Parts: sequence; structure tokens; C-alpha cells
Amino acid sequence: MAVTLAQSTSQPKPKRRAAAALAIGLLLATGLLLVIMTLSINFGAADVAPSTVWAALFNYDPTSTQHLIIRTLRMPRVLVAAIVGAILALAGAIMQGLTRNPLADAGLLGIESGAALGVVLAITFFEIKTLNLYSIFAFAGAAVTAVLVYSLGSLGRGGPTPLKLTLAGAMITAFCSSFTSAILILNQQTLDEVRLWLAGTVAGRDLGLIAASLPYVGVGMVLALSLGRSLTAMALGEDVARGLGQRTGWVKVIAAIAVVLLAGSAVALAGPIGFLGLLVPHIMRFIVGIDYRWLLPYCIIGGALLLVVADIIGRVVVRPMEIPVGVVTALLGGPMFIYLVRWRVQR
Amino acid sequence: MLATDTLTLGYDGPNILDQLSITLPAGQITALIGPNGCGKSTLLRGLARLIKPKHGAVVLDGHDVQRIPTRQLATQLGILPQNPVAPEGLTVRELVAQGRYPHQRWFQQWSAADEQAVRSALEITNMVELADRAVDALSGGQRQRAWIAMTLAQETDIILLDEPTTFLDLAHQVEVLQLLEQLNRQSGRTIVMVVHDLNHATRHADHVIALRAGVVQAAGSPREVITPSLLRAVFGIEAEVIPDPRSGVPLCIPYGLCAAEPTDTLYADAVGSRA
Amino acid sequence: MKTFPWITIRPKHVRFSLRIDRRLPRVGLLVGLLVLAIMIINMGVGEYKISPLDVVKTLLGMETGDPQHVLIVRTLRLPRMLLSALVGLALGTSGALLQGLTRNPLADPSIMGINTGAGLVAVVLTILVRDFPARWIPVAAFAGALVAAGLMYVLAWRKGGDSPMRLILIGVGLSAVGSAVTTLVITIGNIYDVQRAMIWLTGSVYGRSWADFWAFAPWVAIAVPLAWFQARQLNSLHLGEDVALGLGVSVGRQRAWILLIAVALAGASVAVAGVISFVGLIAPHVARRLVGTDHTGLVPTAGMLGALLLVAADWIGRTIAAPNEIPCGLVTAVIGVPFFLTMLYQHAKTK
Repeated sequence: MAVTLAQSTSQPKPKRRAAAALAIGLLLATGLLLVIMTLSINFGAADVAPSTVWAALFNYDPTSTQHLIIRTLRMPRVLVAAIVGAILALAGAIMQGLTRNPLADAGLLGIESGAALGVVLAITFFEIKTLNLYSIFAFAGAAVTAVLVYSLGSLGRGGPTPLKLTLAGAMITAFCSSFTSAILILNQQTLDEVRLWLAGTVAGRDLGLIAASLPYVGVGMVLALSLGRSLTAMALGEDVARGLGQRTGWVKVIAAIAVVLLAGSAVALAGPIGFLGLLVPHIMRFIVGIDYRWLLPYCIIGGALLLVVADIIGRVVVRPMEIPVGVVTALLGGPMFIYLVRWRVQR
Repeated sequence: MLATDTLTLGYDGPNILDQLSITLPAGQITALIGPNGCGKSTLLRGLARLIKPKHGAVVLDGHDVQRIPTRQLATQLGILPQNPVAPEGLTVRELVAQGRYPHQRWFQQWSAADEQAVRSALEITNMVELADRAVDALSGGQRQRAWIAMTLAQETDIILLDEPTTFLDLAHQVEVLQLLEQLNRQSGRTIVMVVHDLNHATRHADHVIALRAGVVQAAGSPREVITPSLLRAVFGIEAEVIPDPRSGVPLCIPYGLCAAEPTDTLYADAVGSRA
Repeated sequence: MKTFPWITIRPKHVRFSLRIDRRLPRVGLLVGLLVLAIMIINMGVGEYKISPLDVVKTLLGMETGDPQHVLIVRTLRLPRMLLSALVGLALGTSGALLQGLTRNPLADPSIMGINTGAGLVAVVLTILVRDFPARWIPVAAFAGALVAAGLMYVLAWRKGGDSPMRLILIGVGLSAVGSAVTTLVITIGNIYDVQRAMIWLTGSVYGRSWADFWAFAPWVAIAVPLAWFQARQLNSLHLGEDVALGLGVSVGRQRAWILLIAVALAGASVAVAGVISFVGLIAPHVARRLVGTDHTGLVPTAGMLGALLLVAADWIGRTIAAPNEIPCGLVTAVIGVPFFLTMLYQHAKTK
């Protein structure tokens, strides 16, 4: 059964923007991100004046409660949101480019649920509490599910089509979440510990956690950004890319490592956050066009921006309660996914 | 007899066929020809009620096919779409037996007539030996024969085929076309097919309908229709038409494109109808 | 000339003929006996052990010398066993219908949003509306499944008709959104309610009574035979939309009808036993191995294999960690692992 999902690359007029304009746009977006991040720090149970935020960042006074709150609660939170948003969007863009699947997303493809299962296993059976070790289990879970989903999705005629990959992802997700809930049924304490994390949240993280994740995030980002040119060629199809001199085997391996590192770190930091990797590359493609050399950096900024905003939304709408940010992204991204399917899947 | 009356067909965008009225002679082989995107496949699908007309009607023996119950219509008119795909592992015999669907009811699942029809369909298409093989394990030509056998088991007077020879090598093309000719000559079935190769059309069809941009440019016997001026108008090619040394039917030998204007519009048509 | 792969019943002088897949009687008998055997063994295990012979005697109304047996076997354990068989039957049948409908071997009610809809409603009622009568949760869950399926159908429907591919992908999308909301509810609930809800989300037939059985049985009694009648249409649909139309199948109407039957079966199952994944996926696969792709054989076989799978899963769940009980939904998920790996392995071999 052939999948006639219109590729974003086959749209009538690929947008080509001047490099200067794109660079300025990127700078502006980064500026906007910084502003919103500061705003996010202002927000909270007790509103803090921007000047205090500034002071807490650059002129830290350990005796001030406000400074303490900003340094230990608000700042880590917004940093986690920005990092996780950036790397999930990046991972999504890479998967979409590599598999030529506009529906690819670390959550939808089951990779996040695998990482989550890994973490739950780690907590339950190995009583592991530090992020460093969490991450390893998250990576293992992400890697295993990524391989499984890709192989399952490649079965049968036509290789890995978007439909089959999405289905395989959904199946593996169902599978991992069965296991996760089973473990949690048998172990109430773990359930209480991880249920908020399972919904995907950026609250309650400290700077040490972020520092521990930085090496993985850094390597993943560098690998991902090095793929820009190759992914632009891969968008024309693997055979064409090979004809253009791309070493497609290597591109795939590097991309796979990058995706596992990025998605695994994201889950270790914030739990499974769905749809972000779907949403951001589509929006960015609309702005930047299809050149991955520009698309990938834009996804980093855009993803960070979106998750920081989603976190603010989650804190604002049902004040004083909070909606976990993973739920916010699902509510934003789900309709987008359905829209894409409804109007882009012909038969 | 199958005909269209001011038939207008199209998908979401502009109409592909507009107010088309044609007649497909009964008991003959009709070939629909034309460049890519001219609407010949759309016409065939419209004839087989796979697309609902926006306006006008397809008329079978004086009745609007949209008003004939679909299952009853399936006993009068069979369609073989382009490049159908059989489920993995389905055997030829099982596939051909599916052609009996319109003749069956829940209390009449497998009558003696069903069995007979499947047997003879297998025999005519020379598929008896291969009947227990899986369809997806056959060669292209055999697979196409299996699908034709399924359409035959349907026992309809009219058979519509969408590019029955695409993706086949030369020998298999000839095999399929000869089979269709034999079906027509021996049991008098009306056959309507979309073909790409003009020489197939002239050699095997009694009646040719040439379409361009949804408009009939010419219709009639191959001798009347296939002329250098028509080829220029329909395909935008300069071609020599000579009598076939064996049968005398026209044989078309293209030499090149005509002046730029028609090819440009052709390209636009093709792009437009694909959207 | 070899003959057709089915048995034909065609009495003379009557305008009637019936065709039955040739492999179906043998496979059906074998699977049926296995289901029966496992149920009998399973009725003997538990806190109060009873020998299989005594179980049979009690079922047949004979004296075993232990007055407890009647209560334990007939009142406590029998309804649960029968219910698990019926739920398995419903799920297997539903899976076979959905896979045939979408022409996709990975389709299954648990990944097409049907289960998520039911699950979401049940979790909300358990956790947020804490005094909602437990008796009505199945009804509400069933409504949730129907709403989810209806939404899926409406969103997938576009001018120019429906498309199995859109149907399935939109199901996946809705399912993902539904799970996110379910998780949200789980994060805010009281931990005991949450745990109760999670058991339900994993799927279990623990403590089901005759009342549950009788509430569920009519669905199966009506929808399963209807599913069998749709088998011939499914065969045609399986050849592709154009071919099916050419054969005189009213494709749109048939699809909606088959979807409705599949949803009714899956929804009723979720309502009575929670979200049991993978039975609807695995059973049709194994059935295809046993009887081939013809849906007249495939649909009933998948149903019976579903029953076998769930009855066996319940047995394993009751014995493997005794005296604790593992929900059968978890067991089916565990069974799923080796199943997928073999699937991958065999496919890799044939390539």
C-alpha cells in the first residue's frame, strides 16, 4: 500500500530566503527567547520584579529569599524548558528529514515511552535516584525502542513509510506504557515519585541536573547540526542523495545516535513530552524553507521558545494549579498532527 | 451499450472532463488514448462509477449507472484498475473466486455457477497451472492475467481496463493484449481500455477515442483516427503514419516534437490535473 | 486440478450454498478444546485448590464431597473464566476486522484511539468524580470508546470519502492526545484512586461476577456473528478500494459498518475488563498463519485465538506470582514481546 503523504519538500515553491535575512531572523528569535525566558522567571506564585531577576542572575545575594527562589527554582525550570524544547525539536527535525516522514516525532515514534520505561525500571529495580544514571537508562530505552520502531516500521512492502512508522511507534508506545503502568501498579511508592514526571514536566529541577545532562546534550546537538547539508540532500530520497555523493549509511548512523542522545536526555530531564518535535519543525519550515542548514538552528531556538511558552501557559491557565508542560504540548500539537493527516494524506 | 451524456468529472480542483458525450460501441474493443493528464483514466474511472459525476451521467443500456444498485451493476460491468495490489499470500484461485462477489448472497455463498465461472476464467487466461500459487509471487504478466481472470469470473458483458500493459515487458504486453482480443472475438465482450502505446491501440482496438485536455479530438476506427494531423493536435508530435506491413492498420512512427506552443500547454495540463 | 480451499455445503434442489474455510473446523476444534482445558485448570487454581476432575464434576452438577466447590467454582470462578474467553473473542474479532478494514497488519483497537477514549472516561470518573457509582463506569467507558471512534471517523472523513490511512493515523493522534489528558488526571489524583485507575488501564478480569458476564455476553452474541457475515465484504475490500467498488461493494457504507462492529466489540471489552492491549493485534496474525488470508476463515479463527490468548493470560497471571495476581492485560503485553521479535526475525530471514 503506497503512502501518498505529500512531502513538505514537494510543495510547489520551496522558500529560498537570503542568508542575511535568515541570520538576522535567527538573532531576533534568540533575543525573543531570552526576553521570554526572563518573563518566565518573573512569573510564579510570588511575582518578582525584573530588576530583582537581573540582580539574582548577575549580583547574587545569598541572604535574599527572592534571589534564592530565582536561583534554585525558577532559573533551573526555565533552563530545563529551553534545553528540552530545543533538543526535542532538533530530534524531530532530524527524524522528519531522515525518514522523509512529516509525522515523525520522538513521542509519536515511541522513543520517549521507551526512555520513560527505562527510567521507571531504573527507579524500581535498581533504586537509582541520580540523573546521571537515569540518563543511561533513558538512553538505553530510547535506543532499543528507536531500533525496534524502525525495524517494525520497515516490514512489508515499500519499506519504512510514514504510516507504518507511526503505527509501529504507537504500538511500541502502547507496549511500553503497559509495562510502565504494570510496574507502577505493583509499586505505589515509585508511582507517587514518577507520576508527575511521566506527564512531562519541567518543575522541580535543579542546576546540578542540568549540568549533568550537558555533555550528552552538547554531543547530540553538535552531531545533529553537522547533518544539515546531508539532510537537505536526503530529503530528495536516499537514492538521489547517494547519487549526489552523500554517504547515506553514515548519515543514518550519526542521525540515529544524535536522536537517541537528544530524545534520551530530554526524557531524563523532563519526562516524555510529546508532539513538540512534530510541531516545531513544521512551523520553522514554513518560515525558513527546506534548507536544513538553517532549519536545524531555527528548530533549536523555536523549540526552546515553544516549550518555555508552553510552560508559562501551563502555569497560568489554572492558577494556582499547574498543568504539566507535556500535557500542554500534547494539546497544542495533537490538533496540528490531526490537521496534517486530514489535509495531507490523500488516501 | 455504454455511453456518456454531458458527463463532467473532476476531483477537488477544476473539472478534468467537461460535458463529454461519447458512445462506446458494444461488442468492440475501444482504446482510450491521449497524453498524460488528458483525462483518459479519469474517464475510465467515471465509466466504472469509481468517481461520481459532477454533472451529466454514464448511461448503460438507457439507465443512469448511478441509479443502478452497485452490486447489480457489478454483474454487467467489470473494472480492472491500474496496478492493483493483492494481499500477501492470496492464491490465484482465491483471487479469481472473489470475482464472484456480486453474484453471491449470504445464503448463496458458493453456487455451482460460481465454481464453473472461476474454472472457466482460469482456463481462458491459462492460469490453471498457477492457480494455487500466491499472486504476489508471480511474474508481472502472470499477475496481470490473474487479475484479468478475476474480472472475467465476474461474467460481465463489459470489461474496463486501466493501462493493462504498463510495467510489463514486451512479451507480456502482447500476451495480455492477445488475451483481451480473444475474449472479445470469442465471447463478444465489450472491452474498453486505456493504453499508452499508440501501436497497441491501432493493432488491437476496433475503435479509438483520442482525448486531449478532457476534450475528444477524434473517435472512430484506428484508420480514421490515427493520422499525422491528429497526432500533432493530441500529442504535439511530428510523426509518420504508415500501414502496418502485416495487417495494414496504421503504424505510428514519431520523429520529434512540433512547435513549442502545444507542448507548453500540454505540460500545463498535465501539471494542472495532477494537483 | 486442485479444488477450492473451502468446504462447500450445497444441498440439491435448494437455492442455498455455504462455504466454510477448509482449515477452520480442525483449527476451531483444537483451539476450542484448548480454551476449555485451560479454563478447567484455571478454575482449580487459586487460594482454594481444586483438582480439574472435581472442577468438571462440579460444573456438571455432580457431587465432589466438598460443599465449598459449588460456591467457588460456579459462583466465583466460572463467570470470570467465561468472561475472559468472551473478552478475548471480542478483541480478536475486533482486531481482525480493523486489520482487514485498514489493510494494515499493525492496526489494533489499542492503538487507534478506541481504548484511549474509554480509558480516559474511566480514569476521569474514578479519580475526579470519586463517588461515581462503579456499576456505571463500564457504560460510560463504552460511550467514551464510541465518541473516540466517532471523532476519528469524522476527522478522517473528507469530501471524496474516507480513507483507511487517514482513519488509522488520526486514531493514533487522538490516542496520543487522550493519553496526555489521562496522564494529567493521574498526576493530580489521590494516590489510591490513581492506583485503582491504573489497574483498570492495564486490563484485568479480577473479581468479575455473573452480572458482569451477562452484561457483556449480549454484545458478543450480536456483534461476533455480524462480524462473520462481513467476512466476504472484507475479502473484497482487501483487494483495494477500486477493485472492491468494481465488484459491487458499497465501500463507504461497508467500511462504516465494519468499523462500528469493531468499535462495539472493543468498546464493550474495555468497559468490562479495562484496556487489554495486543490481543487484537496478535490473534489475527497467528490466525493468518493457521488459515491464510481469507477472512471467512480468518475472522472466526482470530476470535477463537483471542479467547485462547486471554484465557491463558489470565491463568498465567493467577499462578505465576501466587498468591499475588498479575493483571491479564500485563501478561498479554509480556507475551507480545517474543511475538514481535519472532515477527521481526522471520521477516529478516525471508528478505
